[in-house]
Amino acid sequence: MTTTQSAPAVSTAPETSGSRFIWSIRDCWTIVVQEFTHLLRQPSTFAWQIGFPVVMVLMFVYVFGSAMDVTGQGAGEGYVDFAMPGMFAMTMALGFMDTAYAVTHNKEKGFMDRFRSMPMSSSAPVTGRAVSDVIRAAIDLVVIAGVALLIGWRSGGSLTATLLAFVLLLWLRLALILVGIYLGLCIKNTETAGMLFAVAFPLGFISSVFTPPEMMPGWLGAIAAWNPVSSTATAIRELFETPGIQALEPSYWIDGHAIGAAIIWPAVIILIFLPLAVRQYRLLSR
Amino acid sequence: MPPEFVIQASGLVKRYGEKRALDGVDLQVPRGTVHGLLGPNGAGKTTTVRILSTLTTPDGGQAEVAGYDVAAQPREVRRRIGLTGQQTAVDDLLSARQNLTMFGRLFRLDKSAAQKRADQLLEVFGLTEAASRTPKKFSGGMRRRLDLAASMILAPEVLYLDEPTTGLDPAGRREVWEAVQNLAAEGTTVLLTTHYLDEADKLCDRISVIDHGMNFVEDTPAGLKQRIGQERLEVAVADPAEGLRLKALLQQVLSAEPAEEDQGTKFSLLVTDGVSALTSAAAAISAEGIEIADIGLRRPTLDEAFLHLTAKTAPQETS
Repeated sequence: MTTTQSAPAVSTAPETSGSRFIWSIRDCWTIVVQEFTHLLRQPSTFAWQIGFPVVMVLMFVYVFGSAMDVTGQGAGEGYVDFAMPGMFAMTMALGFMDTAYAVTHNKEKGFMDRFRSMPMSSSAPVTGRAVSDVIRAAIDLVVIAGVALLIGWRSGGSLTATLLAFVLLLWLRLALILVGIYLGLCIKNTETAGMLFAVAFPLGFISSVFTPPEMMPGWLGAIAAWNPVSSTATAIRELFETPGIQALEPSYWIDGHAIGAAIIWPAVIILIFLPLAVRQYRLLSR
Repeated sequence: MPPEFVIQASGLVKRYGEKRALDGVDLQVPRGTVHGLLGPNGAGKTTTVRILSTLTTPDGGQAEVAGYDVAAQPREVRRRIGLTGQQTAVDDLLSARQNLTMFGRLFRLDKSAAQKRADQLLEVFGLTEAASRTPKKFSGGMRRRLDLAASMILAPEVLYLDEPTTGLDPAGRREVWEAVQNLAAEGTTVLLTTHYLDEADKLCDRISVIDHGMNFVEDTPAGLKQRIGQERLEVAVADPAEGLRLKALLQQVLSAEPAEEDQGTKFSLLVTDGVSALTSAAAAISAEGIEIADIGLRRPTLDEAFLHLTAKTAPQETS
């Protein structure tokens, strides 16, 4: 048998905008399937990735939480309910590192070049990454919510409000995926991508995730309050009707408009980083 | 009838800031031949391949591949080319078969056609046994073969190989050479870059020598070797004290002044007929009773060859 005999014919049908759209979805799906085959192939890596936020939950709730008085009713009181929405938001926030790493890795390994030399949809490598990372984020949330339920966290909000909270979380994640794709395309190699921790940690921690900004020094508190991660965390606290949260008078204007901010912030990030990411992707052909 | 050129490029220019990566590369590759781009690192080989495979847009010049302009109709070009880049772009976490099926899907085959094609290619490239294993544990040669298979899904008209054997052990190189020779025998046009003279010699019908973003010489391997010219006879003495005696002897036998290396323990000189120079030198040395540590013919290194070729052909620089 030879390679050229019995080779599939090159399709020469001209492409219409409709068929191009259908192909872009199909190619995107092929990439998503590839990504999820990875997860099945290396369950231990997946377990580690999921394990990190779970360990953080347990650490913060039991180690630091016992010393925190977030409700004004004594140390440790109501901290699970305060911290869990923060944990959800932080998991979404830190996820952009995985996105950036995966993009850099594909670029470094020549995958991006191979894809770009193929007659596939040129948007698929990027949309495929975004879709599979949103699905990944949803899985993360389910696992962490499971752990949270085990340690006594409950959503006080209605089912609709609770679901809306999770949608807001995924909305934040989607916005940060674009940041991750942009950074991944900018970064030269995976070693540098590993150093994104230095950016990710302040983004995650200088926020209302673990500590109310009111308890921080003034300037830091203001930064924390205006952090997009805080907006999402505060918004979902409202939607979960976290007990004791009403006791705290919002000291920052944005805290009083958290749900709106949790919708607008990610939209702003998308508006900035989508064109940047597209531009950076095009620059690959420099 | 003029030969049909499946790759036709003229005056390709690519600038990165001040640096001209390509400064007017011309290339004509007839259908069904293997063409080598030979040059040192940074010569512009990869940039040429990237332009011809639509990955990079040129700043000047134009190129047609399989009858389509690379800048104006990249999608048509992409349907007709295969690219095996410098890194082995296979997914280490998917099995060999899953890899080929995925690429088949992305080449727009339906599921069963993609699977069928994957199995065919696994067989052609001798990977059927390894089909369900992941490439992570493959040898370098096997990985490269899988990479080649992924480039051959649609049996492209042109296959680009960018340094296909860099980093492989000798066994891996042989495997890849064999696979490339089989593809060439079936009529696939191959453009390959390499910095190994022997690789170009072994695989290519014609070779373009490229450096500083320009092509200097294009010739057959045999013609190129002739241009690169002479072999070098090298002799090393066992006892450094005998160095001068050996030098005088070589000068007498070969009637040329040997160059001294390694503090006068090793002597070398360019020779036109390597074998006869070697035999007469060896006979004279043994008749004189000089003990030697090493004697041999060395081909010019690629660096020497480039110096030689580029010095001859390059336009005189006035500075």
